[in-house]
Parts: sequence; C-alpha cells; structure tokens
Amino acid sequence: MLERLASSRNAGLAALAAVVALLPLALVNNYYYEIAILVGLNAIVCVGLNLLIGYAGQISLGHAGFFGLGAYGSAILTARFGWPPLAALLVATLAVALLALAIGRPILRLRGHYLAMATLGMGVIISIVVATEDRYTGGPDGMSVPPLTLAGVALTGERLWYWVVGVLLVLAVWLARNLIDSPHGRALRALHGSEVAAEVGGIDSARHKVRVFVISAVYAAVAGSLSAHYAGFITPAKVTFFHSIELVTMVVFGGMASTFGAVVGAAVLTTLPQALTAFKEYEMVVFGAVMMFTMIFMPRGLVPTLAALCARPGKAP
Amino acid sequence: MSAQFLQFLLAGLTIGAIYALVALGFSIIYNASQVINFAQGEFVMVGGMCTVWLGNAGWPLPAAIAAAVLLAALLGLALERFAVEPARGASVVTLIIITIGASILLRGLATLVWDKKIHALKPFSGEAPIQIGGATLLPQSLWVLGVTLVVVLLLSWFFGRTLLGKALLATSHNRLAAQLVGISVRRVLLVAFGLSAALGAVAGILIAPITFTAWDVGVMLGLKGFAAAILGGMGSGPGAVVGGLALGLIEAMGAGYLSSAYKDALAFVIILAVLFFMPSGLLGKRSADRV
Repeated sequence: MLERLASSRNAGLAALAAVVALLPLALVNNYYYEIAILVGLNAIVCVGLNLLIGYAGQISLGHAGFFGLGAYGSAILTARFGWPPLAALLVATLAVALLALAIGRPILRLRGHYLAMATLGMGVIISIVVATEDRYTGGPDGMSVPPLTLAGVALTGERLWYWVVGVLLVLAVWLARNLIDSPHGRALRALHGSEVAAEVGGIDSARHKVRVFVISAVYAAVAGSLSAHYAGFITPAKVTFFHSIELVTMVVFGGMASTFGAVVGAAVLTTLPQALTAFKEYEMVVFGAVMMFTMIFMPRGLVPTLAALCARPGKAP
Repeated sequence: MSAQFLQFLLAGLTIGAIYALVALGFSIIYNASQVINFAQGEFVMVGGMCTVWLGNAGWPLPAAIAAAVLLAALLGLALERFAVEPARGASVVTLIIITIGASILLRGLATLVWDKKIHALKPFSGEAPIQIGGATLLPQSLWVLGVTLVVVLLLSWFFGRTLLGKALLATSHNRLAAQLVGISVRRVLLVAFGLSAALGAVAGILIAPITFTAWDVGVMLGLKGFAAAILGGMGSGPGAVVGGLALGLIEAMGAGYLSSAYKDALAFVIILAVLFFMPSGLLGKRSADRV
C-alpha cells in the first residue's frame, strides 16, 4: 500500500517533469515560450497558495502583495542600489517571509470572510504603497529591472528562461508534495477539517497556520522576483487586488487540495485570455462565463472532478 | 467646529452612505445564503449606467431610475437562479469564485451593451451648492443622505414588521428550521438577491452625479462595500450602516488631514486594526465553534 502510494506520487511528478521536458517540441516560436514561462511562474505561486487554501483551508485574497513585494524588492535592490540579482532575490524573499511571519500571527486568528477581508486589506495596502512611493518604484508607470545573472552570466532569451522556470516548477511541486506528506502537512489537513479537533489532538494550529502562510508567501515572492527579472519591467498591475483574485481563481479552478490541480488551473487560466483575444470585445463575457460554468458544474475544480470521472467511468462525480 | 472639518464630515457622510447601501446588499445576501456576493459592485454599476443610458434616450429621470433598479433586481434574481442555486452545497471559496465570474461577465456585458466611456448623470435637483457654516454642500449629497435614510427605515420596517422580512431573518438564523416551519427558502433566497441588487443599483444611481459612472466603477465600490460590511460585522444590518459611514468618514478625514494618496490605505489599516481587536467586526455576532 505504502509503496503504491509512493509510486503514484512519483508518477505524478515524473509526468510533470516529462511535460516540462517535452513541451518545447510544441512551442514553435518565442511567443509560445513566453506564455509557457508565464504559466510556469503563475503555477509556482499557485502551488504555494494551494498549500494555504487547499490544504490548510485558509483563504488569502492578498497574495499578489507578496508576489509584488518579491518583484519590487528584487527590482529596487538591483536597479536602484546595484545589488547582484541573486542576493537581491534572496534578501527580498527573506523580507517577505519575515513580513508574512509578522502579520500572519494576528491575521490568521481570523476566520472565513474576516480572514478574506484582512488578507485583501493587506494586499491593497501593499499595492497602494507600491503605486505611491514613486521615488523607489517608479509609481504607476513601473520601473525597469536588470536581467538575472547567475555566476556572471546574464539569463536572457525565452528558451533559457523556459528551462529555469520549468526546473523550478518541478522543484516547487516536489517540495509541496513532500510537505503535504510530512507531519506538518497532516497537521494542516487536520485543522482544515476541524480546528478545535486538531487542537484537542495536540496540534498547535496557530503555529502551523502561520508556517504555511509564510511558505506560500515565499513561493509567491520567488515567482514575483523571477517574473520581474524575466520581463525586465514591473508595474503595479501585478500587485493589485485583481491579480490576487486571479491567483485564487487558478487554485480553485484547477482543484483545491490538488497540487497538480494548481498547475493545471494556472495553465488554463493563463492561456485562456490569450486564446480569447480571438473573441475581441466578447473576451470578458466569455472569460466570465467560462469561470462561472466551470465552478457551477465542477465545484471541486477541474483535476479532482476529472480524476473522479476516470476512476469511476460512467458514474457522475 | 471649523469649516474645513465640517466639509470633510459632509463629504465622508455622503460617500459613507453609499458604502452603507452597498454593505447592506452584502449583508442581506450573506444572511440568506452565506454567500459573499462579489458581483454586488456590478449592480451599483448597472444602476448608474442604465439610468444614464435611458436618460440619454429621452426617458424622464424617475422612469429611468425605476427601470434601472428593476433591471438590476432582475439581474440579481438571475444570478441567484442560474448561478448560486445550481451550485448549492459547494464550498465558500467556490461560491466566491462563481460570483467573481459573474462580475466579470456583467462588466463584459456592460462594455458591449453600453461602452467603455465615463458618463456623468445630471444632478437630481440642480448644482447650486448650499452653504452650511462655511462648508459647501451639493444638493446631490442631500439626496444621497435622504434616500439612504429612507431606505434604512424601509428596511428596518421590512425586517421587523413584514412576514417576508421575518422569513428572511428566520432563514438567516437557521435554514433547516425555517424550512420546517413552512418558509420557502428558495423564494427567500430569490428575494434576498433581488433586494440586494436593487439596493446596489440605488447606490449607483445616487452617486453617479457626484463621482461619475463607467463600466468598471463596480470593482472599487464593491470592495468598499465589502470592507464596510466586514467592519460593521458581516450579516448585521446596523453594522453595515455603521461600517459604511465609518469607512466614509475615515477616508474623508484621511484624505483631508493626512494624505489623499494614502486615504484608501488608511481605511484598510484601520479595518485591519479593528479586526485584530474585534475579530467579528464592530457589531458582529460573536461566534462560537460547534465541535
């Protein structure tokens, strides 16, 4: 039993690695590479966010704030202060982790909609600060970011970036799946089921919630930092409430408490707007309708619903 | 009381009344269905845009307003019937995403049916400012405050004195028990969504002459309404009104005395501070966990 579980775990990871390795065959030009990189970066954020929303059952409507702080942290340290990009990435991520730790404790005492409001407020505050402090951030116009350099070599070009993001995504999924099967992960699932029951069972729920909040913030900050370096430019649009909503939607769309669901959700919702540009002025209507109908008819999300269909063919989920 | 302070006070109360109306919409739907309706802001947009559109088509203002409120109410009913009802039993987050999808859909439809321009609605009764103690007050602000007061009184009558209102309250307390005493919960849900949408539309029409209206005004107003509802305590009627007025005042004072760039940030900082000390908002029910 244990062996089968372990092998199915590794099979999923191997499948993801295979997709990442083989996808370039289907990417005919740089535009497709660019979309694949965006999917990868969003997927990294979603895998982290899914730990918080899907497994621990705590909502966050402010993760674009962490993404943005990672991005702007890297951008400001490298462009304004001339730091080496890797050091900037590490320091920015560390700062986001400390911030998440500091505000996680009081915020995560809140439940349900109040938690949604508090995280939303945190995200909005970060986005306003970013848009207002134009001396450092360039304000609403954004700022340009130097390229990422590794061991003196500048990372440029879509193909190179594709492999960096692809390897990091596989790593992110591997870490997340290990975390879920660790005592910490089991504690999270226990407190998702019932916080009181988990506490009675000897789980320090506040500590576990804060820890997963920090971990998901770190995922977002790393992806943000990388996306700033990749695009070479960052604007406050990536820090807005709407971007936070997009991230949550990707997680829920793909399927909560499913790491691969988070990846699939990110892939579908990142590519969908690109595909919908064919609809021109109907783009928003179609996007909204797709979102609504998927959630109405597959309330558990894409991947869990499809998995249930495959497991029991001919039987509705 | 200095004239400047009075000016900020009047501005804060005006916008606060609008937030209160939107927050009441959030609270009514939340009470009836436990759903946070993130499409609430779009009803505000529909109210304003539809009134402007019908006005331009030559309709008299009262008829345009009535039609806009009716349209929003119908959209609210449709949202309940075709999106929320079929997804009953889904998790809270799933329902939130459905309403967000609905809000994107409604914004998209607004850009198709109307346009992407910013519109101004003519003030209901002239633009000559009224002088009070050195501060100026737009006649439209009086309309906002007056109509909000009337709406709040009507709602308290509705929930306190009518059978349908009491059925709504009963459903919010215990859905199963309400069903057992013969309340049609499905009808109650429809009423809640229709009523909330109409409230949103009223807010959108009242504010349109002051801050203008466009296809995307619903995002920020919806967010502020949600914040006001949470500040007051989700699901509490008086809480929504107090939360809305408080939020409006915080913004106006923050913009006037501190920094206009940081007025929204200040509002959210204060909401966070309130939540840290009162995790159920100002007037919210303190909840205990059932184990």
